[in-house]
Amino acid sequence: MSAPPYQIIIGLEVHVQLATQTKLFCRCSTQFGAPPNTQTCPVCTGLPGALPVMNRHAYELALVTARALNCEIPRYTKWDRKQYYYPDLPKGYQISQYDLPMSQHGYLEISDPQDRFEPKRVRVLRAHLEEDAGKSMHDEVAGRADSRIDLNRTGTPLLEIVSEPDMRSPLEAKAYLTELKLLLTYLGVSDCNMQEGSLRVDANVNLWLDVDGERVATPIVEIKNMNSFRAVERALTYEAERQFDVWEETGQRLGDVPKQTRGWDDNACVTKAQRSKEESSDYRYFPDPDLVPVMVTDDQLAVAESQLGELPAALRSRLQREYEVSAYDADVLVNQGRAVVDYFVEAARVSRDPKKASNWIQRDVLRALNESGTNIEDFGVCARNLGELIEQINDGQIPGSRGVEVFHQMREARSTLAEAMETLGITGVDSGELIALCQELLAKNPRVVSDVLNGKEAAVGSLIGQAKKSNPNVDPALVRQTCLDLIRQQST
Amino acid sequence: MTLIQMTATELKAAIEQGQTSCVEITRAYLDEIGRVDARVNAYLWKGGQSALDAAQAVDERRTRGQDVGLLAGLPVAIKDLLCTRGLRTTCASRMLAEFVPPYDATVVQRIAQADGVLLGKTNLDEFAMGGSTENSAFGVTRNPWDLDRVAGGSSGGAAACVAASTAPLSIGTDTGGSIRQPAAFCGVSGLKPTYGRVSRYGLVAFASSLDQIGPLGWSVADLALLLEAIAGHDAADATSADVPVPAYTRTVNESLKGLKLGVPREHFDDGLDPAVAKLVQAAIDVYRQQGAEIREISLPHSRYAIAAYYIIAPSEASSNLARYDGAHYGYRTDEVKMMEEWESERKALEKAGDDAGLNALDSPLVRMYRRSRAEGFGAEVKRRIMLGTYALSAGYYDAYYLKALKVRRLIRDDYDRAFQEVDFIVGPVTPSPAFAVGAMIDDPLSLYLQDLFTVSANLAGIASLAIPCGLTEQGLPVGLQLQAPPFQEERLLRAGHMYQVETDWHRQRPQLP
Repeated sequence: MSAPPYQIIIGLEVHVQLATQTKLFCRCSTQFGAPPNTQTCPVCTGLPGALPVMNRHAYELALVTARALNCEIPRYTKWDRKQYYYPDLPKGYQISQYDLPMSQHGYLEISDPQDRFEPKRVRVLRAHLEEDAGKSMHDEVAGRADSRIDLNRTGTPLLEIVSEPDMRSPLEAKAYLTELKLLLTYLGVSDCNMQEGSLRVDANVNLWLDVDGERVATPIVEIKNMNSFRAVERALTYEAERQFDVWEETGQRLGDVPKQTRGWDDNACVTKAQRSKEESSDYRYFPDPDLVPVMVTDDQLAVAESQLGELPAALRSRLQREYEVSAYDADVLVNQGRAVVDYFVEAARVSRDPKKASNWIQRDVLRALNESGTNIEDFGVCARNLGELIEQINDGQIPGSRGVEVFHQMREARSTLAEAMETLGITGVDSGELIALCQELLAKNPRVVSDVLNGKEAAVGSLIGQAKKSNPNVDPALVRQTCLDLIRQQST
Repeated sequence: MTLIQMTATELKAAIEQGQTSCVEITRAYLDEIGRVDARVNAYLWKGGQSALDAAQAVDERRTRGQDVGLLAGLPVAIKDLLCTRGLRTTCASRMLAEFVPPYDATVVQRIAQADGVLLGKTNLDEFAMGGSTENSAFGVTRNPWDLDRVAGGSSGGAAACVAASTAPLSIGTDTGGSIRQPAAFCGVSGLKPTYGRVSRYGLVAFASSLDQIGPLGWSVADLALLLEAIAGHDAADATSADVPVPAYTRTVNESLKGLKLGVPREHFDDGLDPAVAKLVQAAIDVYRQQGAEIREISLPHSRYAIAAYYIIAPSEASSNLARYDGAHYGYRTDEVKMMEEWESERKALEKAGDDAGLNALDSPLVRMYRRSRAEGFGAEVKRRIMLGTYALSAGYYDAYYLKALKVRRLIRDDYDRAFQEVDFIVGPVTPSPAFAVGAMIDDPLSLYLQDLFTVSANLAGIASLAIPCGLTEQGLPVGLQLQAPPFQEERLLRAGHMYQVETDWHRQRPQLP
């Protein structure tokens, strides 16, 4: 496939629901899934006379996130009203931040462990706080065309993170989102659940084309309605091709037509133009006179810094440096979240074999977690037990061939290593015992010895079955090696 | 002297001395309301039995020797712009004609906690927009001194009920003069406290950065009493100030020595009615005779105050009133009728093959918004929503709203400079006394100019007091305005009281046969 004759320019706007107990401007709960309109009060339903009061905790979470995104934190930030009419917006305006956002000019570094794109720094234009709107449910059951409004979500704190148009492929966009989500998860500032709307993505896309050596940009299109990272990737891929077709057909350039908003249809796999009435309007932003500006102190900034902890990028390089795992492995482990990294670190410490610990986690632990749908904190094999298992295998106390069996025994019975070995009847076979057994087998099978001496090493294979019959705990690989060693010693 | 001729301070003393009871006082006011309010129309809702029950509860507590709050069971009328739980709060608008809030405004709560008795809810210009209470959806409030004249506004009912002796104490709100102007027109005392002194929680917003709740009553001592009950920080209002509340009632009788009063030359130019000028000068002389030093000062930017005010207030109003869209509460247009019309329009367009017309046809939702707002709001409210919407629109924001904010800053600077020289600024409340009902109904601009001397205090956020200082030859009250630096209410009330010790204008009452 040849490269397309254009470059895709992508910027992303991500809305993250912050993990506060209460809403941004009142004390209603933010718990997801309550019966409609049960988590409301005069403030979030916009009753006459009600006034907003800022939730400090939401601001603190936003501050930590902004610092993790390497943003500058202005000393002074304020609230503005974004005005439009919609039934899920009971005040007729959304409290947001317009010209003085609480943070700006940061960046997030992305890379691809498979090297499908060069590592790059995606600039973050700004991250600002705002309140969420409610939910409209268009209910057409029994021929009725009712619209129902649930205001439980109204006033939930959102952090809107706006990137610069620095991404050049759907893959990079997906990498940015994955890395951002990982960062938010490490910080613990959001549960990032896309199904529950805790993380929402809009994309701005256009193309750069080379026309007679001159760069031409196509009109920017905003895409909404993408409900998974996969959908983002697919929508962007589709949209780039669509824009190229439109370009070939119309030759429209940036500025020729107003900015268009299109919605992604995940079933049809196309973006569809949204009705022009739903498009950009004059929001008549102005400072909200009900709220006071927020001044940030050195102490608050210091507290935010102290809460950052070790972030994914730093953790990846530390795993490579201190545990000598590959970049790819470090990426897999870190991407699983802090708990998996902690698990790895402990298993590596106990086993004194980080490489094997990493392999076990990636091959067996993660698969088991996936299959059972549990998380690592509740997993039947704790990091210490896995570490011991690896150590015993390395020491020959457990045959390598039976490691997986022991692992699953520990997992299912939630037992210690010793208990699992006992249940499975595994006891260590020391080297003297092994040598004696092999000598006995070789004595009984002179044909095997002569075959090996004639260059047919594979003949030893027939002894392994007999060895296991005689002692089920022997490690087949060790039997094989020991027999070969003995034959060579005899022949010299 | 009958009960309803006494000041609130006197009534409180009489209750405490066992000369009367809260029930007697409440009944006396309810009787007077029954006798005269049909002519004055100060009340939109009258307490009746619920007020008597509340008064009785206070009496019983006092009889049992239990503590009784600062307001001692006195009746208080509340402007129908403050939310009252379970009680209709209309804002004098068709839009909220049936609106029953599920919560009490902080001030309503504090009055209840101080054992004030809710006597009724008073009339106003719709959403407090106006200066004559003619913009009420429920009829004009008339001036008890001359029923052919307006009571002023927007707190017209709040001032008229005090003037008509149908309430001893009353709560108003002041966005550009809405307490002080009707107080002056009705010959009663009224205070606009410093912005942030009194919680706005539960006050239905007109212009959030200017609105402030304040007391009205006969005497300045009465204002001290009611202010002490309602003032103070409220965690539910981010703009309320965390500044301690002095015991205003304890110090209001203490006169101030070495007072320096500033008289702004801008307040005494051509626009001022000579009759008003004369009475205000005479009032200033009363202070002079008490040893006050009178200095001419200048507030050079005051000439821009009206212009700035009529950008800022409508801008905020256009946003604050967006919530009245018929979707969640309040007035909604007749949807059945609306949908019938909409369907027939759509069919006609279809039949005519008018695609452009079909495309331009508003959605039922948008039509519901338009109709509900068109039918629910009165003309003045719509005018201000349009002014504000225009001023905040893209491309106009800098030229209007932002510029008005800069003017506002300059006006505040004028005051800061003046208050380095003088303790208070003294002058008229309004350019002229109460005008006839209907006189300005077609001339909104002239009506806006009535706010000439009052809007600056709101723009600057300072405290401002209006007290009666005489009657014109036609027998119409004239008000004196005293303005103080932020959070200087304690001294401002003392200064106002000094005048009322020497004069009895505040005791003059109109005769309503």
